Amino acid sequence: MTVPTQRIEVTLETLLDSVELAEEICLRIAGAAGFDEDDCMKIGMSVRESVINAFQYGNGQQREKKIHVTFELLPAKLEITVRDQGPGFNLEDVPDPLAEENLLKTSGRGIFLMRSFMDEFAVRPSRQGGAEVVMAKRYPGSRTADPGSRSTQDKEEPS
Amino acid sequence: MSFKATPRESGAVTVIDVSGRITLGEGSSMLREMLRDLLNKGQKRIILNLADVNYIDSSGIGELVSGYTTVKNQGGELKLLHLTKRVHDLLQITRLFTVFDVQSDERAAIASFG
Repeated sequence: MTVPTQRIEVTLETLLDSVELAEEICLRIAGAAGFDEDDCMKIGMSVRESVINAFQYGNGQQREKKIHVTFELLPAKLEITVRDQGPGFNLEDVPDPLAEENLLKTSGRGIFLMRSFMDEFAVRPSRQGGAEVVMAKRYPGSRTADPGSRSTQDKEEPS
Repeated sequence: MSFKATPRESGAVTVIDVSGRITLGEGSSMLREMLRDLLNKGQKRIILNLADVNYIDSSGIGELVSGYTTVKNQGGELKLLHLTKRVHDLLQITRLFTVFDVQSDERAAIASFG
C-alpha cells in the first residue's frame, strides 16, 4: 500500500520562541510518524539547531524576516526543510568542531549535531534567497528494508 | 521541565544542582551568571551536578565549555557530575568527554580537587 505524502508548512517569526515552537511541532510529527523517543529527540534537536541558525545567523535576529519550516512525510522518510531569508552560507566554510583547535569553542556545533542525528543533510541556496537546510530521517522499519516502502508501524497518520 | 540551578557548599567545593534543560536563552544565561557570581566570590572549585538535566542543545554545550574555560582561566576547576545518558552521549560525539573531568560519585568528585 502506498502512503500519500503529507506536507506541513510552518512560517515562523525570527524570535527565540520560534525555536521552541518549531521543536515542539517537530516532536509531535516525528512521534506520530512512528519514531521512537530517542529518534524523536534527535530529529527535534536537529530542527531546533537549524532554526537557531536561521534565527541567529541567517536572519540576524531581525523579527520581520521569516523562517519557513516544512515537514514532509515521504514514503520512506521524514524530510524537513528549514529556510531563512539571510545571505546563505557554504557548508565547506563551517569549521569542524571536532578539530583540536575548535574543541573549546563555545559555538559551531549545531550543524555537526544535525549531521550526526539525521540520515541525510544538505544545505543549498534557496530559490527565494537565503539558505535552505534539507535533512531527513528514514522511518525505523525502512532503514534496512526496501527504501520505497513503510512498515505497518509507519502507516499511522499524524495527529 | 524548566531550568533550575541551586548551589550548595560542601567544604571548599561548591556543588551546583542543575535540573531541566540547558538551551539557548534562559538556561544558558542563568548558568553563566551563577558561575560568574561564584568566581567573583572566590569560589573556584565547582561541580555541576547534571543528574536532572535531561536535555542540552549546542548552546548549552557551548555554555558548559564557556564555564569550563572561564573557571580554568581563573585558576579554578569545573567538574561535571552524574551525566544522564543523553548528555553523556552528546559530550561523547562532540569529543568534549575528553575535555571535561566527568565524575559519577559526588564524594569522589569532591575529593578529586587538588
